[in-house]
Amino acid sequence: MEKEIKTFTVSIYTENNIGLLNRISAIFQRRHINIESLNSSVSEIKGVYRFTIIVNVTEIQIKKIIGQIDKQIEVIKAYYHNEDDTVYQESCLFKIKSSLLFDDRQIQNIIKDSNARIVTVNKEFFVLEKSGRRKEIDGLYNKLNEYGILQFVRSGAVAITKKPMNISEILSDFKN
Amino acid sequence: MSKQKKISGSEAVVKCLIAEGVEIIYGYPGGAIMPVYDELHKYEDKIHHVLTRHEQGATHSAQGFARISGKVGVAIATSGPGATNLVTGLADAQIDSTPMVCITGQVASHLLGSDAFQETDIVGISTPVTKWNHQVTKASDIPKVLAKAFYIAKSGRPGPVLIDITKDAQFEMFDFNYSKVTGIRSYKPVPKLETTSLNLAADLINNASKPLIVWGQGVILSEAEKEFQAFVEKTGIPAAWTIMGVSAIPTSHPLNVGMVGMHGNYAPNMLTNECDLLIAIGMRFDDRVTGNLDKYAKQAKVIHFEIDQAEINKNVKADVPVHGDAKESLTKILPLLKSRKHDKWLNNFKELYKIEYDSVIKDDLFPTKDGLTMGEVIKEINNYAKGNAAVVTDVGQHQMIACRYAKFNKSRSNITSGGLGTMGFALPAAIGAKMACPEREVVAVIGDGGYQMTIQELGTIFQSKVPVKIVVLNNSFLGMVRQWQQLFFEKRYASTELVNPDFTAIARAYYIKSKKVSKRDELASAVEEMIRSKESFFLEVVIEKEDNVFPMIPSGAAVSDIRLK
Repeated sequence: MEKEIKTFTVSIYTENNIGLLNRISAIFQRRHINIESLNSSVSEIKGVYRFTIIVNVTEIQIKKIIGQIDKQIEVIKAYYHNEDDTVYQESCLFKIKSSLLFDDRQIQNIIKDSNARIVTVNKEFFVLEKSGRRKEIDGLYNKLNEYGILQFVRSGAVAITKKPMNISEILSDFKN
Repeated sequence: MSKQKKISGSEAVVKCLIAEGVEIIYGYPGGAIMPVYDELHKYEDKIHHVLTRHEQGATHSAQGFARISGKVGVAIATSGPGATNLVTGLADAQIDSTPMVCITGQVASHLLGSDAFQETDIVGISTPVTKWNHQVTKASDIPKVLAKAFYIAKSGRPGPVLIDITKDAQFEMFDFNYSKVTGIRSYKPVPKLETTSLNLAADLINNASKPLIVWGQGVILSEAEKEFQAFVEKTGIPAAWTIMGVSAIPTSHPLNVGMVGMHGNYAPNMLTNECDLLIAIGMRFDDRVTGNLDKYAKQAKVIHFEIDQAEINKNVKADVPVHGDAKESLTKILPLLKSRKHDKWLNNFKELYKIEYDSVIKDDLFPTKDGLTMGEVIKEINNYAKGNAAVVTDVGQHQMIACRYAKFNKSRSNITSGGLGTMGFALPAAIGAKMACPEREVVAVIGDGGYQMTIQELGTIFQSKVPVKIVVLNNSFLGMVRQWQQLFFEKRYASTELVNPDFTAIARAYYIKSKKVSKRDELASAVEEMIRSKESFFLEVVIEKEDNVFPMIPSGAAVSDIRLK
């Protein structure tokens, strides 16, 4: 089981420091592991930042990687999770010719069915936004691609774990 | 509150070093670090700056200083090439857990990213080889960043830290205020020890019938030598060492069964695959220690005393991990242990030692052939230094022989480049070691290859009057590579033969007393003269050209497949 390649979500709580991204990504790089997606943002705690990284590796590998990330000075705590342990979302934008909306009414149904949202419309093009799991976004992409997509971009995944992370406890531990 | 006087960032750097108790630093000046050098000149009564001949030499000197003293070594360099020349030393210190702070100058902050003269992204470059690094662009950040640097370098599992300071930050005036760092909220240097793991470990130790201890540098880094010796003596368990751990207990200790690993002793390697309990203390199961992991101690339960969580289960799965500082763990486990003896098991080690002695050691130490061996040189050093010298080695055959045969009475006496295998380490490291402990005899044992990688540091020895003893074991080959070529590449000696200069003439050019020996009957008196010398002394010993180091675990083989010839 531990030797099977699976998708893991890595959540890293950190201090804000220039260069920390480099330090973390180097740990994947030296093991020749490709990062599927990476997102960095503020977290629920003021002054604490959060990286969400998706990688396809074995559980043996991810345990060792987490150990090496966790010991970096400015990392407060690093965790890894299976897909089932997290609620995660990606976000994407499509730029599509506006004329298509009128030339082919089917596209309107696709938009309605997909729960995508029109962000802006003008004479030349409209921009569609969609959040969801990778599969849903891929599905929408495939449908729209038949009509022609002018531009497409997808964000890295952001994930929330089902279990608590106890970062506040770790930080208050330090004060005692 | 006392009225503060504004000082420059560069003066603050020097004041921070003084506040951290730094007395000696190693370095090389240049454009982007000149303001700091100007202050070092003013404070030269408080901090002794040693001008090395290359920035790499400065890092290795700082490492030698740190390894023998346990204090943080400090190296300083300019931006660009000065900074990149530190990288090998940083990597060496990182993999061998050596506390070191490197300070580099950087171009002024408004020039960052513009490919300015001698600009290099040293923070980016050094990230994978530092425990922590940071760029300072404001003078007011200097005190807290340097305080943090020293704290990180020496706490927990020690390591190197690099601080890059832009030139404008060095010139900027600010109100100086220094306080030491005692904690960082995202960093827990010493984990909380779990009593459960100690109980489980004690239970295994008390019930084992063929236990083996393998200890590493962690024992020395946590200053647990006494506790470790008490542990060994109470449990009566044979104890073997990695090359980073040797000298934590005396070589002559009856339970010291020698070195593990590729060129280690026969008995501890063979019996690693026979023991029923392997107790690893402050070591990280490096591949040079374990050989093929799939065939390493599979029959044994494993207890791993280790401070760094990332090392636990990294290479060898621990049945009982004891995550903590070695000194604390050993102190707390001792009362839980039974006093035992393992005479029959220990006898197995003695029997295998006899085999190794007859087929390897006898010929190394008491050769009958004409050519001199590296082993007999180490034997003579033992005779005259009586096990009290710190032996500083480089990398290769001479290193393995020195580690195998050198006698040590005191901890922190074996200074070598272990994990990184840095040729050129020994000469500058010996300078640092001697300056940190002037009362100790420091003998650098170096091969003719590695010696020429940092040979320019003879200039430092001469200028700074450092009375180190230098022994070059000259076999006119890159001996270890040649040995592999002989054994595994059908004797195709690709680029391993060295046409060497007159080494004694080079030493003489630096006004260092020197001697060359090529005959056995000259060896003892030459070593005696070297050890007795109050000044630095260079001794070249011409060694049999194609000698090999045995025993040997071929790369990828099991520890128990160790070859005696």
